Amino acid sequence: MHREKFIERVLLLLALSSVGSLALITIFIFLEGFPLILSAGLKNFILSSHWAPTKGHFGILAMIISSVLVTLGAMVIGVPLGLSCAIVLAEFSPPRLKMVLKPTLELLAGIPSVVYGFLGVIWLVPLIRNYLGGPGLSLLAASIILGIMILPTVISISIDALTAVPDPYRDGSLALGATRWQTVSRVVLPAARSGIITAIILGMGRAIGETMAVIMVAGNALQIPTSILDPVRTLTSNIALELGYAAGRHREALFATGIVLFIIIMVLNLSATLITRRR
Amino acid sequence: MRLEPHLTQRLVKTLLWTLTGFTLLILIFIIADIAVKGLPQVTPAFLTQDSHDMGRAGGIFPTIVATAYITLLAIVLASPLGVGTAIYLTEYTREGWATRIIRFGSECLAGVPSIILGLFGFVLFVLKLGFGWSVLSGGLTLAIMVLPIIIRTSEEAIKAVPQDYRTACYSLGMSQWQTVTHIVLPSALPGITTGIMLSIGRSLGETAVLLFTAGAALRTPVSVFDSGRTMAVHFYILAREGLSMPNAYGTAAVLVISILLINLCAYTLMQRMMKRYS
Amino acid sequence: MPNPVPVLREPQGSSPATTRLLPRAAAARVRGATRRPGLALIVALMVLLGALLGAGGCNSSSQTTSRPLCIAGSTSVQPFAEKLAEVYMHRRPAIRIDVQGGGSSAGIYAATRGAADLGASSRELLGDEKKLVEIPIAFDGIVVIVHPSNPLTTITLAEIRQIFSGAVNNWSDLRLPPHAIHLITREEGSGTREAFEHLVMDKQEITPAALVQDSNGSVREIVAGDPHSVGYISAGLVDDRVKALAIDGVLPTRENIKTHAYKLTRRFLLVGRAEPAGPSKDFVDFVLGPDGQGILETEGLVGVK
Repeated sequence: MHREKFIERVLLLLALSSVGSLALITIFIFLEGFPLILSAGLKNFILSSHWAPTKGHFGILAMIISSVLVTLGAMVIGVPLGLSCAIVLAEFSPPRLKMVLKPTLELLAGIPSVVYGFLGVIWLVPLIRNYLGGPGLSLLAASIILGIMILPTVISISIDALTAVPDPYRDGSLALGATRWQTVSRVVLPAARSGIITAIILGMGRAIGETMAVIMVAGNALQIPTSILDPVRTLTSNIALELGYAAGRHREALFATGIVLFIIIMVLNLSATLITRRR
Repeated sequence: MRLEPHLTQRLVKTLLWTLTGFTLLILIFIIADIAVKGLPQVTPAFLTQDSHDMGRAGGIFPTIVATAYITLLAIVLASPLGVGTAIYLTEYTREGWATRIIRFGSECLAGVPSIILGLFGFVLFVLKLGFGWSVLSGGLTLAIMVLPIIIRTSEEAIKAVPQDYRTACYSLGMSQWQTVTHIVLPSALPGITTGIMLSIGRSLGETAVLLFTAGAALRTPVSVFDSGRTMAVHFYILAREGLSMPNAYGTAAVLVISILLINLCAYTLMQRMMKRYS
Repeated sequence: MPNPVPVLREPQGSSPATTRLLPRAAAARVRGATRRPGLALIVALMVLLGALLGAGGCNSSSQTTSRPLCIAGSTSVQPFAEKLAEVYMHRRPAIRIDVQGGGSSAGIYAATRGAADLGASSRELLGDEKKLVEIPIAFDGIVVIVHPSNPLTTITLAEIRQIFSGAVNNWSDLRLPPHAIHLITREEGSGTREAFEHLVMDKQEITPAALVQDSNGSVREIVAGDPHSVGYISAGLVDDRVKALAIDGVLPTRENIKTHAYKLTRRFLLVGRAEPAGPSKDFVDFVLGPDGQGILETEGLVGVK
């Protein structure tokens, strides 16, 4: 009996490791970054776009806006592509094709983000520079690359949501004389709505948190963009660009940037969890 | 005006298939570009020689060693934690607030972006604990990154083991721990291995975390306190600094092919396990 | 007594029937149940981990022979330091050197704290940092680069300042065909940027519209690909895919950098808490000796000797 009790305790300790790590991460990021937000003032921090940390200016408004825009851009590109793939695979493709296509598309998830960024620089940036203008490294380039990167997340969660809709729903609709597309659009998609929303939210989380690919293709300029061809700097790339060099208040400012990013991500994760749970 | 339903269906289906085809084309393009430009660089010498001249010449041996070292450390640290968590969640407790907190924690941890993990590893392991940019700091941070993957897959695998197996064990008078170690874990092993392989794949491709925790010294690491440049970091530096495009493509090819192979194995293992128990 | 089977969801079932439910391998495992099979594995892993942890390293205080020499700092110096370390380690296989980037400030900080044996800096020491021992290893020019197709060959300091402050944003202001100028600068905290601001900008800020890259190499890659761009990098990294501009008519040649006739000249420093001793002295001697200086010269820098 003692032994079983002991084992249970040990397992409980192990099980707390993930919660513990999460707590540690939160504590350390806040501990390192919060003093700066306090001393610089929350308003100067998130409502100013003047970022010159070595000269005492810590405004990250431009980066917040850029992160949001890049993420929206990624959604505009990734969601239609991802949902189409999911619908085709779950509803319209012969089972054997699905068996090949689904793992193939999921393989996209294994390609490292640096490879996406690299190919973006090699292929996409010159195209944008030559045909659309601007320096090529831009909001548009980052959106396209991120749009492709979130595809695996969007596709695999949406497929799961679609396949989870019971077949009698489909049979019923088809029996009433609806076409397959009418069935999908009026019955299956609404039934799978919460799963698909979760897929989109998790895709957003992936996009807003991505760093290396963005740093390579976004251009990292500090301004608030006025066109999709302008270079932008996201919250993540701000941290990665300057972390290696930063000391003192500058480093605190980067952790403070991390706090903002962390809060955004946690809100997204929480809403995804809540939506999934309600289902 | 309303279109005739069958016509609408035709149009929509064409559109959906076009978009799917487009997505597939992107995937094929990515793999083909890396393979065509990278594979010719991948020779036995490329894999076994030291890097010279900042990676412009020579092979990628030091980065392969560093990648293996850091990944191994991360897996060795994360697997007991992850599998232990999964056993606790599935075998040792009922659903309740405790499991809900643990699951929520692990889900949130999965969503933490790698740059945040990098920041955390940098301040805790590199600075506060004084491990410096090292294999150890990198391995510890990666362990936290892959923990949720191992927890989730192990939990699914353990749940997939039929209840009858356990019943049989208990009826033979085995204790719960004996049941877990002798029956449940061995039966769930393919699934757990899947989780571990997915974690390896994830670790291989990671850059943001390692740049700030493991450093970028282009030298074969020996002790865990040595800095090590993984393949992904090496590729990032080669490509970004424009040091050598052929070597960058070569490294990318090795990296992408190993990740795809590992993920493929993981996928087949999982399929096989699911087939056996469903 | 608590139930030994707390989460058994199907408590019914009799033993002779249930053994048959187990796969043959699993049944065999039940019969051969030995005690604590996982324990040996865990112990082995811990021993392995302990052995690894005991091996010492860059930041540990143990002075074992296997402890590598740690050099951290400026990314401008990093490639040259890596090259030097490579040749040096080839000659002295017993000594290992870790070269880290991180930037000048981080390198100086690491050297102050003793986290690195030597810090590498591409800017001059400021304020408190002057307490450190500085060893100049080379001169470097900061070179303003444009795409080779750009007809511009020379530029004045004032024009560079106007371009980078954003006052001039079109090539037509420099008597070239009109097109927007694509500016590329380095990130806050970079030694190259600090040196550039110090030598060129005269307290003006670099415009936020400029693209920001975090290394000399990536600035060069962008300029090499974009005909309308202008950036600045270390002289040692200029190659034939970009064009170096003369400043006030003076080209950044080796001779001009050495004599400081080229205005944007800075020093590369190694810094340490105390006069280098032991392996780090040996390495510094190598760097300042004819071989080390020769390597720096071949790599495009200008030696101090």
